[in-house]
Amino acid sequence: MQFIRKVLSSAWQTLFGDPVRAFGVVSLGLLLALAIAPAKEHFSQWHSYQRKYLTLIRDRGDATSLRRRFVPGIHQIWLPELGVVDRCTTCHLGLNEASLTDVGQQPFRKHPVVPHSLDGFGCVICHGGQGQATTVAEAHRSERAGEEPILPTRYIESGCGQCHQNALPGTPQLNLGRTILTRYGCVHCHAITRPDGSKVEATDRPPSLAHIADKTTREWLYSWLKDPQAYAASTTMPNYKLSDADANDISAYLMSSSTPHAGDNAAPNAKSAASADASAGPSLYGESFCASCHAVQNAAGNLVGGDVGPELTRIGNKAKPEWLTAWLQNPRIYDATTPMPHYRFTPQQLTTLVAFMQAKSDSDYGSSIHLDAANPQQISHGRKLIVELGCAACHEINGVQKPENFAPELSTIGSKPLAQIVFLPRMEHSLSSYIVAKIRQPHAFGPSVKMPQFTLTASQTDALTTALLSLTNRARSMPDTLRVAVGPETNYQPAGHAGKVIAELACFSCHRFNGRGGEMAPDLSWEGSSVQRQWLIDFLHNPNTLRPSLIRRMPRFNLSDSDNKELTDYILTVYQSPSIDAEIAPTATNPPAVVEHGRQLFYSKYACQSCHIADTKNDKGYIGPTLTQVGSRLTPAWVYAWLKNPQALRPGTTEPNQNLSDDDARALTAFLMTLKGSSGQGVKQ
Amino acid sequence: MTTRSTAIMTFRSSAVTALLSLAILAGCRHPAPANSGPKATAAGTALVESSGGHQIGVTGTALKDPLVVQVNDDQGTAVPGALVEFHGPAAVSFDPAAVLTDSSGQATTTVTLGAIAGRYELSAVTPGKSKAVILSVVETALGYQQRVGSILADKYCNRCHDPESSPERVSNYDNLQVKPHPFTEGTTLNKMSDADLTSIILHGGPALSRSALMPPYGSTLTAADVRALIAYTRAVTDPPYQPAGTVYARK
Repeated sequence: MQFIRKVLSSAWQTLFGDPVRAFGVVSLGLLLALAIAPAKEHFSQWHSYQRKYLTLIRDRGDATSLRRRFVPGIHQIWLPELGVVDRCTTCHLGLNEASLTDVGQQPFRKHPVVPHSLDGFGCVICHGGQGQATTVAEAHRSERAGEEPILPTRYIESGCGQCHQNALPGTPQLNLGRTILTRYGCVHCHAITRPDGSKVEATDRPPSLAHIADKTTREWLYSWLKDPQAYAASTTMPNYKLSDADANDISAYLMSSSTPHAGDNAAPNAKSAASADASAGPSLYGESFCASCHAVQNAAGNLVGGDVGPELTRIGNKAKPEWLTAWLQNPRIYDATTPMPHYRFTPQQLTTLVAFMQAKSDSDYGSSIHLDAANPQQISHGRKLIVELGCAACHEINGVQKPENFAPELSTIGSKPLAQIVFLPRMEHSLSSYIVAKIRQPHAFGPSVKMPQFTLTASQTDALTTALLSLTNRARSMPDTLRVAVGPETNYQPAGHAGKVIAELACFSCHRFNGRGGEMAPDLSWEGSSVQRQWLIDFLHNPNTLRPSLIRRMPRFNLSDSDNKELTDYILTVYQSPSIDAEIAPTATNPPAVVEHGRQLFYSKYACQSCHIADTKNDKGYIGPTLTQVGSRLTPAWVYAWLKNPQALRPGTTEPNQNLSDDDARALTAFLMTLKGSSGQGVKQ
Repeated sequence: MTTRSTAIMTFRSSAVTALLSLAILAGCRHPAPANSGPKATAAGTALVESSGGHQIGVTGTALKDPLVVQVNDDQGTAVPGALVEFHGPAAVSFDPAAVLTDSSGQATTTVTLGAIAGRYELSAVTPGKSKAVILSVVETALGYQQRVGSILADKYCNRCHDPESSPERVSNYDNLQVKPHPFTEGTTLNKMSDADLTSIILHGGPALSRSALMPPYGSTLTAADVRALIAYTRAVTDPPYQPAGTVYARK
């Protein structure tokens, strides 16, 4: 103690003993204190990057202009409306420099071309991370409460999804993710509200199980519950990994609660069954274009066909023949809103088709399953499991209410704070890896997690994660002017008897009318302006191939003459484009000189034969519709308007707008109207 | 006094940051394959590419098909149980990064390309008997603009320009009297300037005294669409496109 006091006093004496020396020491101390701030700045990380940048541009040809645009110090993009304070450009100095394309060294690379300017949107909106930070570690990898590390590039499209609620052409991954969200029925259990307040609706239509006993057997139900993918590889139903006893009890409850449904048991026509021709099955299946909506696994194990309806590879193992007959006779009796059309099959055709479908079965599938009749305890245990697993969130089940808010809402999952997440051991601490792990193996997060494991590929999981990450708080607080709404689906409903026929044929499943319907087939909103009456009647009777390169085609519905006439009249009267003017278009018949001029334009100046066939002998174009009988199919007014501007009539069509002069368009129309063909000849392959 | 303690504190905090970031980095890493890596039971003398090279992927995402290489011996027969390691630029990740060849002598890995668009030179390495054998593979990652271009090309161009035909999508290439140039054909496309490509897209073949079978897209595509299409073709040509660029004289 004595010693310390002695040292201190001698130090005091040395430093401040003399007033002049004291003044010098204090001045020096003050000077050093003043130097702290500049020194800190000088040795800061961003300052060293700015020095490196200056060295980098020193020897370049445009060094002078690059240096002129370089501003030393901390840069900041401040967008109060978006809550953006981004200082990333302090180190990322070359983002806007067009001439730095050859620089590979970070942080000086030029930003790749994107539709938005950096100054208008900042960086963190898409990339995540901490925009305000001025050190690399804090900006890129901070995990402190309320902060998030930078988003891995493979989810970058989630940034777009915050404003763009519609499907953008440049964000296939986000679009796929949003489709999965609705198609796999995630939103049956997890409610998701878009930032504009609209709800995300499921599109998967899980079947009602209220009359399941009419449709299938308990054995099938049991093996389906045990492993849905073993029956149909493409099904979206997840595998719940049920024990034998649980699957037994659930199947017992579903069977016992099922009520019979009127009209489900059409007796198979015994007489025509006897005369059913086995070879007629495949051709009827093909002619009805079942494959446009339903897929079947081929010998190589690949799915062939559409994905609108369920896979039919083993339908014979599942559907009872009586139910299948009734369903094919009129699917709307069993399910009033099914996308399946009501084909008008004759009894003979029905028998053929049912026999053909019944033969689509796998003799090994479920052959070893023999279930004993269930006792009441098993049935009530089955019901308990159904309630626990939330089966009724997707399926209608007699005696079980649809649960409300069965799973957590996901409307702001993209902003879930890391502090609220329990990560698995050895897992990267980021929201994206948490979501991926939760989708891939929900049960790793504890036995109480009820979420089933869906069969998604790695790229599907990434897409789904992208869609979920776009549901952020920022998306909700953003000004409305920035928000691009999802394309509105109207609830358009055609009227009268024709409207009823359109509903029965489920035209909306493939065609679009006035903003409602599917994308598989052409938009028919203006079909009435487009086609000629006799052609439409013939086409509805027996649809032939218009586009040789397409494999999804229009089925034959066996319409009665009166239904056909009603439908034709309705289409020709109602689906008229207001922009097509028959007055200014050429007429159907024209002087030969004009027709010849049109022919020359067709073959030489515009080389239409590269995509279309006008003459089956010489032309080979395989992309656009065949034009051999276009003169008896389309109206001259439509052809003229189409040639002038195809995109105006059907937005997004691939035929380029060739900016034709009025005279050229007239001459081409005149030529095309002479191509009358004989209907159905040479096009049906 | 003040200065020193500040300096120490600064030093300490930066040391802590460095340690923290190291810890985070270590946390990010998958269990290192080097330590628990597979032990080779055999060695080959040649590496050949089976499939998965020359793919066109998207920045930051896994390539559609896995990369498969085969290890052969002197006689050209496949060697099972040989170690193959995959290497690439830092941003590229392989799952797995080191693997033993299977019973048919093949090593398979899933490649995730980096965040930057362009060509990635990857290499597969097998220790070999006396010296390591190296095989290099090139993959391409498309950025946003190039991918928009690839989507547009798929819609408007590939039906004629891509000779590959499938039952789902029949190519029109064989039906055309004058054959279009596939977008991978670097020998032709690399010689054409951006201005030439723009004008042939906007005004059709006759703009450059070529075939009228190529229609004009000037009233169908926007200027940004055309730029995206050109960026896409530049990214996929083989041999690679070297932009003329500005020639700078060193001072």
